Order: sequence, then structure tokens, then C-alpha cells
Amino acid sequence: MTHRDGAAGVTRVAGATLPDGRTADLWVEGGRFVEAPAGGTADRVIDAAGLLALPGLVDLHTHLREPGFEQSETVLTGSMAAAAGGFTAVFAMANTMPVADTAGVVEQVQSLGERHGYATVRPIGAVTVGLAGERLAEIGAMASSRAQVRVFSDDGMCVHDPLLMRRALEYVATFDGVVAQHAQEPRLTVGAQMNEGELSARLGLAGWPAVAEESIIARDVLLAEHVGARLHVCHLSTAGSVEVVRWAKARGIRVTAEATPHHLLLTEDLVAGYDPRFKVNPPLRRDEDVHALRAGLADGTIDIVATDHAPHPTEAKECAWAEAANGMVGLESALPVVQAALVDTGLLGWADIARVLSTTPAAIGRLAGYDRPLAAGSPANLVLVDPTSVSEFTRDRLHGRSVNSPYLGRELPGRVVHVLHGGVPTVADGELRPADEVAAAATGRR
Amino acid sequence: MRHLLSTADLAREEAIVLLDTAEDMADVADREVKKLPTLRGRTVVNLFFEDSTRTRVSFEVAAKRLSADVINFAAKGSSVSKGESLKDTAQTLAAMGADAVVIRHSASGAAQVLAGSGWIDAAVVNAGDGTHEHPTQALLDAFTIRRRLHGAGSRGRDLDGVTVTIVGDVLHSRVARSNLWLLTALGASVRFVAPATLLPIGIGAWPVETLHDLDVAIDDAPDVLMMLRIQTERMHAAFFPNEREYAREWGLDDARLGRLPATTMVMHPGPMNRGLEISSAAADSAASTVLEQVANGVSIRMSVLYHLLAATGEAS
Repeated sequence: MTHRDGAAGVTRVAGATLPDGRTADLWVEGGRFVEAPAGGTADRVIDAAGLLALPGLVDLHTHLREPGFEQSETVLTGSMAAAAGGFTAVFAMANTMPVADTAGVVEQVQSLGERHGYATVRPIGAVTVGLAGERLAEIGAMASSRAQVRVFSDDGMCVHDPLLMRRALEYVATFDGVVAQHAQEPRLTVGAQMNEGELSARLGLAGWPAVAEESIIARDVLLAEHVGARLHVCHLSTAGSVEVVRWAKARGIRVTAEATPHHLLLTEDLVAGYDPRFKVNPPLRRDEDVHALRAGLADGTIDIVATDHAPHPTEAKECAWAEAANGMVGLESALPVVQAALVDTGLLGWADIARVLSTTPAAIGRLAGYDRPLAAGSPANLVLVDPTSVSEFTRDRLHGRSVNSPYLGRELPGRVVHVLHGGVPTVADGELRPADEVAAAATGRR
Repeated sequence: MRHLLSTADLAREEAIVLLDTAEDMADVADREVKKLPTLRGRTVVNLFFEDSTRTRVSFEVAAKRLSADVINFAAKGSSVSKGESLKDTAQTLAAMGADAVVIRHSASGAAQVLAGSGWIDAAVVNAGDGTHEHPTQALLDAFTIRRRLHGAGSRGRDLDGVTVTIVGDVLHSRVARSNLWLLTALGASVRFVAPATLLPIGIGAWPVETLHDLDVAIDDAPDVLMMLRIQTERMHAAFFPNEREYAREWGLDDARLGRLPATTMVMHPGPMNRGLEISSAAADSAASTVLEQVANGVSIRMSVLYHLLAATGEAS
């Protein structure tokens, strides 16, 4: 076993503030949290006084772009961005080139993540071949592959054919998988550019009506009920969607839902300047929608926050609005945005944040090791945050390959100071650890 | 005025100044030598990502009457995959020393993106961006209305109390949007008449009345009836059933023309679909301002270029 910084020996995380407000030491050895050793001696001490300890964050919705779009992001750069944001696990969406619709592609993505070590990379498999929405992808092969895929999604595209959606729900239920639906009625959103309403009318941009999302969610929860499967709804963006999911949950339907940080903070008003940094799908919505999403998270209707981290090269955003790509990078800004939108507004406490950004997304994705956060015996996935820090979000906070962040120049609270992924430090004193050290430590630990 | 991107940015006084200067420019057209030396040595680029010979020629004539050098840059097929991006084109024009860029683009907001990009320092004139705005069209329409109403006494006048009914595909019309903001700023009251499918969602708070019955609108005898061009491909997207029904329900046919008072002027931004949104008799009638609109377009564009390039440093 190599003896790189912190990857071996006993680490004491001294004086951290736990999500419930208590202050405690956390002990790490062999990649796991352990009980305080009898002598109380440590090979390494992380001073966590004044820092908040959260379980390593889990993102159920990330675009890592590899294979095929390495000019935007790679598994390495995306997992560096993840680590910088406090994430220790990310689920990589299937819309790569080739699409992750075979065992070969998902195994490749899985092993790239393992090799780099910044975060656990869990591939998501496509529901349909090539995301084309015409026939089922080799879901069973991906599920039984070395990557053990449990989440399936055509994200970017909606599984709009109701029969195909029904079959997918039935099929993945047999091995406890879940379909994560990108809810967008394609016929209602032909050429859509932004939220449909007064502003889209004024700006002359084709509207993306709320009903295009809500009608698909309504259909899918009824399908999930009918076949007894579980459904996950990606990036809820409208007040009406929250209502539909609330109704479905009250009815006992096995549905989970996510909201993105940007839909919890930003509104369509930002589109008025036609700056493509604010172009995203689903689009930024009204202030009422933002508040409905926050309320949905507060009352448990929405289960998790997921980033929909969507890197794009500069040229895809330096153009006219209609020609620009949809999407925003979000891994590095997720926790600050969630703090601003949910914690600093008093809607959620830090224990809730640990739930919506770690425990529950891991549970939905059937990712082991996150069910007993920070507890002795659990893998040492940890992020230490300084929630009192407030700073301008700048480009040097971004560690992926792309810089299409809507938050550049905006004041945001909170800063990630330390991150342990399975005991391996990926961020130390606010700095991302070098790739070779992280990879060596991660490999050595295995 | 640094750029002209939208009529929503124009205050009443600014708009009247632009219209008054256009009156002066119109006088130039009556001279033997139809040319002013005002913009000698300045370069105006017509950057057209979308075909529009009429608008391009109108800007070209306007710039040449002001003695500017004119470069026509047709960049059709604008998508990044097909050719040069907006950014590259803009930087190319900046390197060539363009003083003003007149841009026509199929994407809403393209003119604003160009003006705010930092890629080029020139004055930007929006010559039509997607379904957003077409400010010089609205200015020439307001100018035409004012001239018809007040003739030689137009200078300094606004459009207080004038009733304007705009008929047709408001949803996709940059002309309708620009006219609404400008005409209401000038004091006119505007009505949209269209099937519900061709009106944008959410315009309840706009300063406009909407209705779905052209005959009611005709019987209300507006001062101005503006017919918008309908694109026949719209019917394939189920905005209306077919051309026949559109013409019957929303077209200015001879019978409706006959019910209009003689004082109502009939406008159309062109090019017209005769027999669809407007009958030939209506287009060619004394009520029609179609050719005046074309002539006035040159005066308005001279005025805009003058205020952007020659009047730099002055107030507004």
C-alpha cells in the first residue's frame, strides 16, 4: 500500500460541526469512518473548527461528455469539477457519442472514473437505442455488466412514446432499476427557446410551455402506478409539476423528483439580455415557479437536488440565443446556490441538505455507502464547508473543461474547504489535489 | 443614441426627433441631386444573415444618399455548422473599420448580442431579428401615418388619439411588436386582430386590445388598418386550417375594403400575398400606403443613420 497524503493511516477531523449542529471529531482509517481510537492519536489532523461536515455529495444528474465530446468535458475534468464542488459521487448521463446504450460504453465510463479517483462515477444507461425513442436499449446487459447500471435515462430527450415508456418502467423494475425521465412533450416544444409567457412574447423567442413538462409527468406517474414501477423525474421546473408530483405521492405512487440549483435561484428575467449563459433546458421559469420548487423541497415533494451539470465549449455560447446550446455547468456552484436558495432563506437546515444532496440521491441510484452518513463503518465520503464565507463566484472556482456558468460575477455563500472521497483527500484547504496524487491514492487504497 | 435595437427603448420625444429628421431627409429626395455629404468617409455594412432584398436596398439607398461607403455582406446560412459565426463575422467587420452595422438575422436578439458583445465597436441597427423587432419598419410606418394625417404640418406631431388595427400573424411578427411599442409611445391606441393561435400567450398586460373578429374591427372604422404578411407554411403547423379559411376570416377582401371609411389607410409591410391577407383591389386602392411606405423607408433609414453616426456626442 502506498503511503500518500492522508490515504493511509489514521486521520482525525477535529472539531467539525455536524449537520445536526453538534460539534465532534470524525476519525478516518482505511477509507472508512471509524470510532475514535483508544489512544486518540492520529497520523494526520484536519482542523475543522468552524467548518460544517456534510456527507460527500451525490449528483444524480451530471453530463461528463466522454466519450465523444471531450472538448466540453471528460470523465477526469468532470470529476475534478465534482470534487471541487464537494461531490464524491456523480451519475453520468447517457447522451455521449456513442450513446451509453451498451455494456461497453457504461463499463468504459465506470472504469475511467475509478482510475481518476476524484469521485465515484456511476454511468446512467440510455433507455432507448441512440436516445432515439424508438426501441429499448440493451438495458439488461448494462444492468448486469461490471458497471451494474441501475438508473436509465434518455435525458436531453424525452421518452415520449407512452408505450415505450411503459415497457421501460416494467423492464427496469425487474432488477430494481429506475427510469429517470426528461419530461418534455416534444410536439409542444418544437423550436422552444425559453419559458412561454409574456417575456417570451416580448423577446420573440419561441415558448416552452409549462404544460409540456407537466403533461408528461402526469402521464408517467400514472404509468408507474399502473405497472407498479418506480419513476424518477429529472429537473422539475414548474409549479404545476410540483403539484402533480405532490398528488402522485399522496396517492402512493413510487415517484421521486429532482430540482436543479439553477431552477431554485434563477428566473426567466435573465433571458432579457439574450445572454446564452442563461439558456438551459428546461428553461428558467417565473419567480412563482422558483418558490414552488423551494417549497416542494421543503415539504418533501421534491426529493433531491441534482445539478444537470452541462458543459459546453465557449463557441456554443458566444452566438445568437437561438443558435446557442442548452445547459450550464453546475457542479462547483451547486452547494453555494443551494445554501443561498434553501438554507439562508430558512427553508431547509443542513441535515436536510445532507439528505437532498447525498443520502437520497444515493438511495434513488442504489449507490451503496451513503445510507449512514458520517457514521463509523461507512466509507469516508466527507465534505467540509465554510458556510460563513461569501464571495464572488469567479472563473477560478471552475475546474471542469468548460466555463458556461450562469453565476460568474454573482455573490454566493459557502466554500468547500476539504473533501474526502473514500478517505482520499480530493480537496484540501480549498485547493483541488493534483490528479496524479488522487489517482495514486485511490488506486493504492484499492 | 448609440444603437437602434428596439422601439421599446424609444421615448416619445426621441421618436418624434427621428420622424422629424426623416421629414428633412424626404426633402432631399425631391432635389435634383439627391445626396447629402453628411456621412462622407464613414462605412456602413449591411450584414444580412437572412435574405431581404427590399430592406437591404432601402438601407443601401439611405446610406448612399448620405454619402457613406456601403458594403453589403450577405452571410446567409448563418449557423455555426454552415459557415461563419456571428462573432467571427463581427470581428471581421470590426477589422475592416465599419462605423455602423445594419444587421438582419433569423435569431431574435441577434442585434442586441452584436451590440453588447464587445466584438465590434460600431453602431448597430436592427434590421429585423427573428420574431423580435424591426424598429425601422415601425418608424417608417409611424412616419407614413403621420404624413397621411398631417401632410406638410407633420413636424413635431405625435399620434395622440390615432387608432391602429394590426391584423394577422402577430405571434411571428417583428413588425407587430415594434409597431406596438412605437405607436403606443407616440400616443396611438393599438388593436391586434388575429386567430388565438397567432397571438402570443401572456400579452394580457401589454398596452393593446386583442380581438378575434375582423369584421367587428372593420366596423369600428380604425384610422389605420395594417395587414401582416401570412406565411403559408404556418398552416402546416396547425396555426390555421388552410389558405382559403385564412383569407375568408382574416383577409382584407373587397367587401371589407368597401365597408371601411375613405379616411382609413391600409398598410402592409410587404411583400404582400395578394388574394390571401389582402386583395389586389385593397393593395392598389387609394387607401393603400404600400408604396409610400417603401419611399418613406429610405427617409427613415437616412434619419436613423444620421442620428447614429453624424449626431454622435449630441444629446440623446
